[in-house]
Amino acid sequence: MCTGRVDLAHILRAFSNGMDGVFIGGCRLNECNYITQGNYHVLNKVLLCRKIMEHLGLNPERLRLEFMSSGEGNLFAEVVDDFVRQVRELGPLGQGEGMDENGLKLKLKSFTKLIPYIRLVESERLRVRFKTIEEYEEFYSSEEFDRLFRELIADKLAMSQIMLLLRERPLSTGEISRILGLTPSEISAYLNSSSKQGLVRYDESEKRFALA
Amino acid sequence: MEGEAGNFKVTLTRKPRYIDESKCTGCTVCVEYCPVKYPDQFNQEISQNKAVHIYYSQAIPLITYIDESCLYLKEKKCRICEAVCKNDAIDFNQTAEKVEIKVGAIVLSPGFEPFDPKVRDEYRYGKFANVVTSMDYERVLCATGPYEGEILRASDLKHPHKIAWIQCVGSRQVTPGGNSYCSAVCCTYTQKQVILTKDHDNAAECTIFHNDIRSYGKDFERFYARAEKLPGVRFIRSYVSIVKENPETKNVTVRYSTTDDGVNEEEFDMVVLSVGLNPPADFRDLADKFGIELNAHGFCKTNPVNPMETSRPGFFISGAFQGPTDIPESVVTASGAGSQCGELLTYRRGDLAIERIYPPERDVSGEEPRIGVFVCHCGANIGRIVNVPETVEYCKTLPNVVYAQEQLFSCATNSAEEITDMIKEKGLNRVIVAACSPRTLEMLFRDTLREAGLNQYYYEMANIREHCSWVHPKEKEEATQKAKDIIRMSVARARHLEPLREIDLPVNKAALVVGGGIAGMTCALSIAGQGHEVHLVEKDTDLGGTARRIHDTLEGLDVQAYLHDLIGKVYRHPLVHVYTDATITEATGYVGNFVTRVKSERGVTEIKHGATVIAVGADVYTPTEYLYGENDRVMTHLELEEQIAKGDEKVINAESLVMIQCVGCRNEDRNYCSRICCSESVKNALKLKEINPQMDIYILFRDIRTYGYYEDYYREAAGKDVKFIRYEQHDKPQVEAAEEGGRSILRVTLPDYVLGKKLEIDADIIALAAAVIPSAGTREVENLFKVGLNLDGFFKEAHAKLRPVEFAAEGVYLCGIAHYPKLIKETVSQAYGAAGRVLTLLSHDLVTASGSICEVDENKCVSCGACIAACTYGAIEFRETPLGKKAVVNPVLCKGDGLCNAKCPTGAIQLKHFNDEELLSQIDAAVPGKKAIQQIEAVV
Repeated sequence: MCTGRVDLAHILRAFSNGMDGVFIGGCRLNECNYITQGNYHVLNKVLLCRKIMEHLGLNPERLRLEFMSSGEGNLFAEVVDDFVRQVRELGPLGQGEGMDENGLKLKLKSFTKLIPYIRLVESERLRVRFKTIEEYEEFYSSEEFDRLFRELIADKLAMSQIMLLLRERPLSTGEISRILGLTPSEISAYLNSSSKQGLVRYDESEKRFALA
Repeated sequence: MEGEAGNFKVTLTRKPRYIDESKCTGCTVCVEYCPVKYPDQFNQEISQNKAVHIYYSQAIPLITYIDESCLYLKEKKCRICEAVCKNDAIDFNQTAEKVEIKVGAIVLSPGFEPFDPKVRDEYRYGKFANVVTSMDYERVLCATGPYEGEILRASDLKHPHKIAWIQCVGSRQVTPGGNSYCSAVCCTYTQKQVILTKDHDNAAECTIFHNDIRSYGKDFERFYARAEKLPGVRFIRSYVSIVKENPETKNVTVRYSTTDDGVNEEEFDMVVLSVGLNPPADFRDLADKFGIELNAHGFCKTNPVNPMETSRPGFFISGAFQGPTDIPESVVTASGAGSQCGELLTYRRGDLAIERIYPPERDVSGEEPRIGVFVCHCGANIGRIVNVPETVEYCKTLPNVVYAQEQLFSCATNSAEEITDMIKEKGLNRVIVAACSPRTLEMLFRDTLREAGLNQYYYEMANIREHCSWVHPKEKEEATQKAKDIIRMSVARARHLEPLREIDLPVNKAALVVGGGIAGMTCALSIAGQGHEVHLVEKDTDLGGTARRIHDTLEGLDVQAYLHDLIGKVYRHPLVHVYTDATITEATGYVGNFVTRVKSERGVTEIKHGATVIAVGADVYTPTEYLYGENDRVMTHLELEEQIAKGDEKVINAESLVMIQCVGCRNEDRNYCSRICCSESVKNALKLKEINPQMDIYILFRDIRTYGYYEDYYREAAGKDVKFIRYEQHDKPQVEAAEEGGRSILRVTLPDYVLGKKLEIDADIIALAAAVIPSAGTREVENLFKVGLNLDGFFKEAHAKLRPVEFAAEGVYLCGIAHYPKLIKETVSQAYGAAGRVLTLLSHDLVTASGSICEVDENKCVSCGACIAACTYGAIEFRETPLGKKAVVNPVLCKGDGLCNAKCPTGAIQLKHFNDEELLSQIDAAVPGKKAIQQIEAVV
């Protein structure tokens, strides 16, 4: 098994179990035990995951990827110590971000639900292959990536959260806007498109949106 | 040693180790308690080691030995190690043993001795504290080195910031104590050291004082460029002298000169001497003992076209005993020597092999998991930090654990037997050993399960040593808690483990060799010489390849006579079937079972074979520069060689001849060195000087790369007044046709860096050292056999150093200049090397594929193809199934990396032994008690 086998589902499962940080250790780049250079895949995945965490208001520093060889015990210990120190400083997941428990659960749940979709987006639209970590980081902080992120992921995350909220109880545009911290017009746009798709309906009597 | 090829009797003296190998587990508690410190030989005596120690961290077996510095051995005192060893492995009663063995062939691999700069005072080695050899520095850089990977200098144990490397120390010298040859590896290892130094300390200033930079190996030119482009790295072409040491700072002053600035003196924190390669220290003894001849330098004298063949039948060599050799070449010759031993001894192959028989496997699929946990003390390694008895009691409380016990050393033979017994007695169907890293011992314990009639994939290893006791030596309580956590996670995973089948595939005993040049023919003959049928496929009408255009070598070999002889042997060998005028129309199958269709002068043939060798050769670049193709007196180096061989008057009577090196390579389009051209040009120059000593010959070069023994020929050519003039890539020579006193000439203009002015040479003939380029058929072969190419379009081996003649695709091998330009003798080494690897496959009746491979749940597969795109091995394809088009894994091709799993949107493809259920249960169990379960239910 290669580090590239590590999946978003595994990372999310750890966070959902209440872990405050997730560390992934992989072989050094270009020193693959297979021929597949799968550690580039995990690099791509981790950078994407960090972006999504950031977007959801979770501190991306809670997810760390480091490349090292089995002969570098010292480095491993050093890096883990540093990571533990850093996660301690960040505090418990959610609390450190000033998020209440329900808010945290909503974020993690909406992300988890989207994993199959994100896997597709990753292989179809974000399959980039660079040589160095710097080039990957540059891509993930580029405008091009931001645009792709907005088009492909940000909307879906918002939708995913709205659907989860409506599953609990019907809500008005204003209520949803307050919970998610998005403007009422953004929420309206999402709700309009989902009611066209037949996913939500407007309950006249309650003056609120509910699942269709 | 006595006897002859096929029947040697060798007597070995086996020094006492004072350690019982069958008992020592390598726990190193004895090392910790040993009171004797002495300079660590493996770490260049920079740091200290103990009298009892493991030689180095990759030693095999990874156990201790006691050397002469031991107090008991010297003065009959101490014996502390005996007292602390919990496995009674120390045995001071051991004495030297004589062992007699009978062998049919002998391979000598004594390696080399690094040049000792102490023989020349001027290097100040041993005098100035901060002058070190590259070997010293190599150890300093290493994580297991004297400073545990920190770069420190000896005088003050501080980080050196400004470091100089001095090249060619002990090499390319005709002064006493030095070696006349080029040591061939120093330029590149220095670049490696520079890159690693910059990795350690981004701001380090690295200066390399060099002669020619010889980056002649595959991908070395790019490596050189990478080192050169790093900030703070200077490559300075200059001879140097080490002048003085600053008495206070112990910094070292180096004097050098450049054409621009003249003589300079500069101070460095540390100076590294890039020492060359000497013959092994005891080379004379070796030669006398075995009756083999040496060459003038003290290395082994070998057959000029077979660097592994010594002067004595039955004796082969591998590695640097043939002369300066890098790692890939050493590995190639090791495999090649093996193949030649195989040819000699093929009639008794397998005589000493014993088949292992396991009891039949018990079907436990219907049973509830019954887990047994064995917690290892590892002597004191785990036991003194982790509370093992408490951990064992904890294990008994975990779900499905029906048995738990502690063991002193789980890896000891008696402990393995204990595990086998307990599996049977307690009816265990899952076993966990909580001990060390699975890297070392997982295979051993899997075998233990097989011995007990359990499927080996029911084994799970919890690492509570490297991941726990070793990193938390001062936190005993927390370490015990962590050991429990780790084991709890393993138990959770073990509950979901499934029995897996390894697949045995029959191996077709024939080989296909693609390409009938020297590489293909040599390889084919070596395989056939070991009793296997070989199909040799050549696209041309005749065998011979590029060698048909080569007439002699620098060593004076008559290449055409050699080739004629080789072709004769191929046609006479009853097991070699030659197909000429051949094209391959289809190639299918996998390791052990390939099917290839060949259209040739024999018609269409379907060949079934177990192994494939790619030896399709290379082409020569057709220059577009320097009037080539426009003026018939401009030719390539190979064409010049042909004209010399023909005795063309125009060439041999020329007054003046200019050779231009690096035509069509070492540039942006082809960023590699063609390796053979410098020696080719020197060879042609020497030949011409022999025929017409009056001829003015100029070789215009960037770096002369006559590596290894070829340096002597370079020196000979310079001595015979062949003029070597350096030019630079950005200011190449200009060539124009002109008339001079009624004689039509080619005028070559270039800057002369030594004289600092423009130089004009009127030449009658110009020879261009045209690049060796990938052959036209390379792409076709790439697609047919699904093998990879490097950035320059040459075939890409599985691993440059460790698997130099194999493709990543199993059962497919490569050799010759299709891999990279190389000399005839190097081609022969590689051809034998490839044959050796082919034999390791073909000598087996079956190949076994791992059970940990991917599998698709067709009900979940949505036919998106994401897994197919992710698979480098081409192991997944769409197939029509009763449920429609679905992804299907070929279990033979899948190598179990699992990348596809993380791409599949529906989780339809799962890596067995590491499936989501197994991994997620382990993640869940990381959180103790019910807390996790609540959270999972709440969130997912």
